[in-house]
Amino acid sequence: METNNQRLLHTFAALADLGQEIANTADFEEMLRSSFHLLLGSVAIRRGAVAQYDRQGDTLRVISARGLEQTPDTEIPIAREHARELASPGASLTLADASAEATRFMEEHQNLFASAEIQLLLPLVVHERLIGVVLLGEKASGEKFTAEDVETLSALARHIAVGINSHHLLGEVKRKAEENRRLYDGLRTIYKETVRAFAAAIDMKDRYTQGHSVRVGKYSEVIAREMGWGEDEVEGITIAGYLHDIGKLIVDLSVINSPERFSAKDSAEMNKHPAAGYEILAPISHPYADIPLMARYHHERIDGAGYPDGLKGDQIPAGAKIVTLADSFDAMTTDRPYRKKLPLEDVLMDFRANTGTQFDPAVVCAFCRAFLNEIEGRKERRLLNLLNRNYEDVEAVTPLLNQMLTEFDGGAMAATTGH
Amino acid sequence: METTGATPVQARCVGDTAIIYASDYLNKLTGERIERECKNQLEAGRQAVVINFRDTELVNSIGVSILMGVIDAAEQSHARLIFCDVNTQSASLFEMLGLTKHVRIAADESEALSWIEPELNASATAM
Repeated sequence: METNNQRLLHTFAALADLGQEIANTADFEEMLRSSFHLLLGSVAIRRGAVAQYDRQGDTLRVISARGLEQTPDTEIPIAREHARELASPGASLTLADASAEATRFMEEHQNLFASAEIQLLLPLVVHERLIGVVLLGEKASGEKFTAEDVETLSALARHIAVGINSHHLLGEVKRKAEENRRLYDGLRTIYKETVRAFAAAIDMKDRYTQGHSVRVGKYSEVIAREMGWGEDEVEGITIAGYLHDIGKLIVDLSVINSPERFSAKDSAEMNKHPAAGYEILAPISHPYADIPLMARYHHERIDGAGYPDGLKGDQIPAGAKIVTLADSFDAMTTDRPYRKKLPLEDVLMDFRANTGTQFDPAVVCAFCRAFLNEIEGRKERRLLNLLNRNYEDVEAVTPLLNQMLTEFDGGAMAATTGH
Repeated sequence: METTGATPVQARCVGDTAIIYASDYLNKLTGERIERECKNQLEAGRQAVVINFRDTELVNSIGVSILMGVIDAAEQSHARLIFCDVNTQSASLFEMLGLTKHVRIAADESEALSWIEPELNASATAM
């Protein structure tokens, strides 16, 4: 009776410890090794192995072994019908009372099992599917396995089966997540390409501003990067730049393509495009934040004199302030029907005059810093490549850029550029 | 002395015999340290290993499995293996699980050494 109690306590302790081991999802191999040790120690079995069933390869791959020559990665072929038989309820098999099917499986590998002195095979089964097998050698006592031993070992094996199955399921979930991530990346690429096509379509409507939206996107990207924005946010502002004029799709062609400065009536018509752009973009689930707002507010001014909502200062989203500057820069550096492009120095002087009223000083500084970094070869030529077709000798504005940096951002900002 | 891990396994040698001291709870972590130390001692040519369980209160299933590995390693090296200072609970567990068919249990270290010395001498004479 005393021995029975002790055996029972030892078994309960093994079950409790096994629960903890199975919970270790961080290291599957270690979980399996420890669980297998627990199983061996519960009845004091000298040698054995645990093998995982590979349905595709029709093999049992040894993943942990003790006291056997078989090392992890040893593969034991198993026919489908034998696997099905092993998965049937109550199929724990001692060599003496194996069913006919299992005997065929045991016979097939007689040499292997005999050399390893395997006495007992425990199928690892979850939802009637074979997950693997536990192969067990003799007990330390040298006695035969009793029905109680088999019960105990089968209970422990069921837990191990669940552990292996959970690991599979987790792997499956991870694979699905990776697949979804790839799918999402693909969709993002399609989204970006669609947006670029859209930008081209918007610009096609206005024969004087071809390429404007794409350039505004690229200028915005450079400025946002210079301001230290994260990669996702930079992508978002690029898209916002591409789409900022999408509201022009509702503006009459004759207004957009008017060869003269807009009349008051035409201006009123034209000024509808930011709010219209917002209405077009708002129902779309963009993968980036605030794109509709950047379109709506790209004609707002820091001093509140802009449109459509007359927002002031911090009421205007940072992204919209960037698009505003990028939009103005491209407008002034390209020919319009009513005027030629301005000299670069005049463009910068305009920025200088309107910083703090139309433009945000931080955005102007980031623009100047990015410009200087490119002129002085510290950064890839993005702004300059976009400008070069229209301008020569851009280096001439270096002193003005430095001066603006000192004026609007003080010494600290100039210092970051090495000036 | 095996020093890997947070708490090193205490061990000492008396002639060709290694005496290894098990910790208070023989589980996976401490058991594996003992197994490594035993294997190191056997590889170093010790002809006998005594595992002293004077501090061990509890041995769990993983501990049992690891001790089976130690028994295997000692048998393969044709070395003597003796457990000593085993508390009643653990002694009863070893008995129940059949470990005592492969390893003798001495009351204490001196008894274990007193068993080993004549055996080693006899082996040496036979050689």
